[in-house]
Amino acid sequence: MATNEPGSTRTTAAAVSRRRFLFLVGGALNVVAATLLAIPVIGYVFSSFRRNVASQSWIMLGALENFPENQTRLATYRNPYTRPWDGTTSNIPCWVRRLTGEKFQVFAINCTHLGCPVRWFEESHLFMCPCHGGAYYDDGSQASGPPPRGLYEYEYKIEQAKLWVRGGQLPTLSEPL
Amino acid sequence: MLRNIALWIDERLHVSKLFESTAGHTVPASAGSWFYVFGSGTLMCFVIQILTGICLAFVYVPSANEAYTSLEYLNFQQPLGWYLRALHFWGSNFMVTIMAIHLTQVFLFGAFKYPRELTWISGCILLLLTLGMAFTGQIMRFDQDAYWGLGIGAAIMGRAPIIGPNLVHLVLGGPIIAGETLSRFFTLHVFVIPGLLIALISLHLRLVLAKGINEYPVPGQEVKKETYAEEYEALLKKEGVPFYPKAIDKDLIFSGLVMLGILVCAAYFGPKGPRGIPNPTYIDTVPAPDFFFLWIYAALALLPPYMETFLLLTAPVVGIALLFALPFLSNTGEKSARRRPMAVLGVILIALILGTLTHLGTYSPWSPHMEAWSSDPTPVQYVHGRSPLELQGALVLQNKQCRNCHSLGGEGGLRGPALDGVATRLTRDQLIRQVIQGGGNMPAFGKNLAPQEVTALVAFMQTLRPANVPAARDSTVKQ
Repeated sequence: MATNEPGSTRTTAAAVSRRRFLFLVGGALNVVAATLLAIPVIGYVFSSFRRNVASQSWIMLGALENFPENQTRLATYRNPYTRPWDGTTSNIPCWVRRLTGEKFQVFAINCTHLGCPVRWFEESHLFMCPCHGGAYYDDGSQASGPPPRGLYEYEYKIEQAKLWVRGGQLPTLSEPL
Repeated sequence: MLRNIALWIDERLHVSKLFESTAGHTVPASAGSWFYVFGSGTLMCFVIQILTGICLAFVYVPSANEAYTSLEYLNFQQPLGWYLRALHFWGSNFMVTIMAIHLTQVFLFGAFKYPRELTWISGCILLLLTLGMAFTGQIMRFDQDAYWGLGIGAAIMGRAPIIGPNLVHLVLGGPIIAGETLSRFFTLHVFVIPGLLIALISLHLRLVLAKGINEYPVPGQEVKKETYAEEYEALLKKEGVPFYPKAIDKDLIFSGLVMLGILVCAAYFGPKGPRGIPNPTYIDTVPAPDFFFLWIYAALALLPPYMETFLLLTAPVVGIALLFALPFLSNTGEKSARRRPMAVLGVILIALILGTLTHLGTYSPWSPHMEAWSSDPTPVQYVHGRSPLELQGALVLQNKQCRNCHSLGGEGGLRGPALDGVATRLTRDQLIRQVIQGGGNMPAFGKNLAPQEVTALVAFMQTLRPANVPAARDSTVKQ
């Protein structure tokens, strides 16, 4: 710390401590500013964690007469949480099984194993998955293959002679419909 | 005149000094080997990926609504668009492949040992980042495979306890696969991961310069922490050569061949996809991942269900942790593969596992053939000379979609056993039981078959045996 310049050690020490002070102020300033910057950035990136908008809502699937009794039919709907640039990705399919009268079962298209689209086979009354060979019975229960549970089922209601389901999110094992 | 300009610039930028200390650094003469060309080969692929990637970004629209159309535009309208797409696709195949070879070579040559632990770890991160590029790149090809590939990724993450739902929302950018999902993966593929790759490559090369390239291992020459630095120094003094111009020749030849390989493959095979509009309501699709992820796809079908979630969540963590820990688990000692039989065995084992799973992934025998029942004919010899009841049974077998999982005459699904010769394995009673109750991965058909259909079906199946082999018989019944 000793300098060759003339002058007492007191002024040198004072200069060093002033430099040290400015360094600390500068550092602290940057830490504060960086924190202030980080808050909106983190809030923006992780905004999906804030569920102020419920990801499920009621969707109309169509008139009851579109779904004959004892049959299983593919129905499609526009996902309620859509953005103008979503394109065809927001057209979501589901399987509607009408038992009798107002008794329905509405299944998500996604296999419970890893989410591939299951297909209905009227003749053998089975849903089959093209990815890893999962199969389900007509009531959605697991028939064979790797699926850990039966098909995801939508909550449904009938209003004004129309079938409604509660949907909007991708069903997963930890967050089924 | 030109020379003076060059000298003027060099005096200010110190280019030649930089060149001397990097490209001109001393390497052991033994490192000028054909085994040492894969690192630079991978780097060459990366350069091609950056170049072609920037070109594609001129035209590609990262919007869920437009991406597919812009890919079609690239394929068919944009002059040479198809070729740039093909170069980018084949560049990625070459990069992953050569990187895997590089990793294997480094492992077998013991190059991860003291003092090059960090070189190995940075290389492992580069491997993960490159696979991240491969996966996100697959999503950029925004078609049905991309859509359902995202679905599979979400389903895996959705299995995580507690954080599962939030993780899914974070990665998809919302509650479902849509516009924001593509934007998110575009950002990863174009900004985040390439940035990290460039930073890590710099670190990787810096470490190669700082700790030197691994000498060609000699059996019996063990790495000891106390003496290695001196020995390496002595080796460089004795037989060290500058990388440029004395040891770069084979790297240059290999890089050139790699580049030509990508050019030729791209010209001959063309680009991949896009395969089908990403409209989830088109459910007649058979999603499959790109080549380098087929083994994961196969493993997911073959894992026993009871351990699946556990393995899905822990195996990647354990695998990556082991990869990172390798230089500390085996820090010193023999480098030569000739003295490390377990290492060689490990490489062979992993190669066999990955090879077998990838091969299975190419034809996925676990998946039902969705169209087999309506498109694969019943072999003529199985209907020839059959009774009306048996013929009715043949119809039941076809119409009830048994063929989707069971093959006849080599055609049909491979999910269940082939039915040719089934009468030699199961008696009439066993056939009835199996059809009605299912079991052993077969669904029960009891509710969907009328008794007369079962009778006909079983009557037909009892005829399915070679003429010279007796039918299965019940050992509890006296003949």
